Amino acid sequence: MRHPTSFVLLFFGLLALWPVMAGSYGADLVAKIMIFALLALSLELLVGSTGLVCFGQAAFFGIGAYAAILMSPTDGSAPALWLSLPCAIALAALYALAVGALSLRTQGVYFIMVTLAFSQMAYYVVHDTPLGGGTDGIYMYVKPTWGWVDLDNPAHMYGLIWLSLLVGFLFLSQLLRSPFGRALSGIRVNEQRMKATGFSVYPYKLAAFTLSGAMAGWAGYLFAVKDGFVNPELLSWHLSGSLLVMIILGGLGHMRGSVLGAFAFALLQELFQAEAVFGSFAKHWHLSLGLTIMACVAFMPHGLVALPAQLRERLSGRNNREAPVETLEEKA
Amino acid sequence: MTGDVLLQGINLTRRWGGLVAVNNVSISLKRGQVHGVIGTNGAGKSTLINLLSGEFQPSSGQVELLGQDVSHWAQPRRARAGLGRSYQRNTIFPSFTVLENCRLSAQAQHQQAWAFWRNAHTDVITRSIAHDVALRVGLGDALERQVGFLSHGQKRQLEIAMCLATAPQVLLLDEPLAGMGAEETERMLNLLQVLKKDHAILLVEHDMDAVFRIADLITVMVNGLVIATGTPDEVRNNPDVRTAYLGDH
Repeated sequence: MRHPTSFVLLFFGLLALWPVMAGSYGADLVAKIMIFALLALSLELLVGSTGLVCFGQAAFFGIGAYAAILMSPTDGSAPALWLSLPCAIALAALYALAVGALSLRTQGVYFIMVTLAFSQMAYYVVHDTPLGGGTDGIYMYVKPTWGWVDLDNPAHMYGLIWLSLLVGFLFLSQLLRSPFGRALSGIRVNEQRMKATGFSVYPYKLAAFTLSGAMAGWAGYLFAVKDGFVNPELLSWHLSGSLLVMIILGGLGHMRGSVLGAFAFALLQELFQAEAVFGSFAKHWHLSLGLTIMACVAFMPHGLVALPAQLRERLSGRNNREAPVETLEEKA
Repeated sequence: MTGDVLLQGINLTRRWGGLVAVNNVSISLKRGQVHGVIGTNGAGKSTLINLLSGEFQPSSGQVELLGQDVSHWAQPRRARAGLGRSYQRNTIFPSFTVLENCRLSAQAQHQQAWAFWRNAHTDVITRSIAHDVALRVGLGDALERQVGFLSHGQKRQLEIAMCLATAPQVLLLDEPLAGMGAEETERMLNLLQVLKKDHAILLVEHDMDAVFRIADLITVMVNGLVIATGTPDEVRNNPDVRTAYLGDH
């Protein structure tokens, strides 16, 4: 517990101070990455903690984002933050409940495909109907307010995003320590045993799925309000795929890993897109990003979060002959 | 209380396509008895356990637990109602500690899924049950060990501990002695002797010496059929059993 606690204090302290140190560009970039970190955390609850590989997380994110804008008052007055945020979360959760109720009847690769199908369904609804402005997307003209909080002010926006990530992180940490969280871990490691022991696993998985969708919707809401713009790409499978890469890059099974992975992924993307660094090759950033990620996964199979332990082991001459935890789990 | 029928399988049949794995088998388990089930590989012993525990549905037949018809109950519900089972292959949580394996099993009877603010690891009730069952099977000095690193015999003991942690009335044990050394076998048999006082136990086992020593009743299965049921002596002297299973000597 010592490591995670110091990580939280240090990391969130740094993030809180960041806008003071960096300019508005830097603050905006980190705000965006924090939103993706929240989204990655929501996926980690499913993939890393429960063992459910969901390939449709973008749908819940997109629904939260579209809800933020579509539920704005039409008379040009500012939406009430206290109302529109819970509504956006509830809508995403509702869709997750429906998708989960059906997809959780399948397992393994079928589960991956079914969640993908449902998210693509949502994607085509916003892409091909006039509901959300079609392919052009829609704008948010007046940002939500609540009392003295005005999300048009970048500092307020940054603060809300920071707080959301902190609350999301702490909430999930506690959840995973609770009896519910331990049951999810049990389901990940050995679902059959959980059934034989007396756990009805379906309601547990459905609750986790819905909760994860709600968190993704929360992230989507923040994204829409920060940029004041949404388009169907927010729901596309590309984002779902990137999220999986983030949590794998950071280290599955660790919440810190998801946050680190989101930062690493976004910063690598920034780097490879920078013409100042790579000149004309920057337009091929997909290639350099892809190769780098492949190298990371090859050399850091347990992700960034396990890097210190991996280095320590390397330095101490591999005298620790015990098999790593992950290898054992796969055998179960 | 001794002698109550706790679990009853009535005319259970399970077909897999053309193969009849379990054919019209009836069995009743009483508190205070160890009921051994023996038979060659493929005789349908494990399938019988799966039908009783609810892992598969029978093609026909009925299961009664504590006098209630549970034929249509899913496995978790039967487990919560007092039906514990262990598996032939180790079915544990390898990355968890011994204590957590037992604690999580105990949690099945005290689920409190909504209480997300509570810490499972410091939960007094499930922790004390976990301590208790780990001590009972002889894993008291390995509580904090990750179970992936336990010896085979210890894993078999853990299987039993996890089963006990759910406070079952009926134990369905699928080859608990498989791969165990003499000393470990002895310890397990002593444990079963103690447990049978307040449990009904179904013991599927290949170790004939052990079964004949500990079982009060033995059922012999061949190709999905029961060919004999009786006390160890009756079974030993049954001509059908001698030809079909023990070998004609």
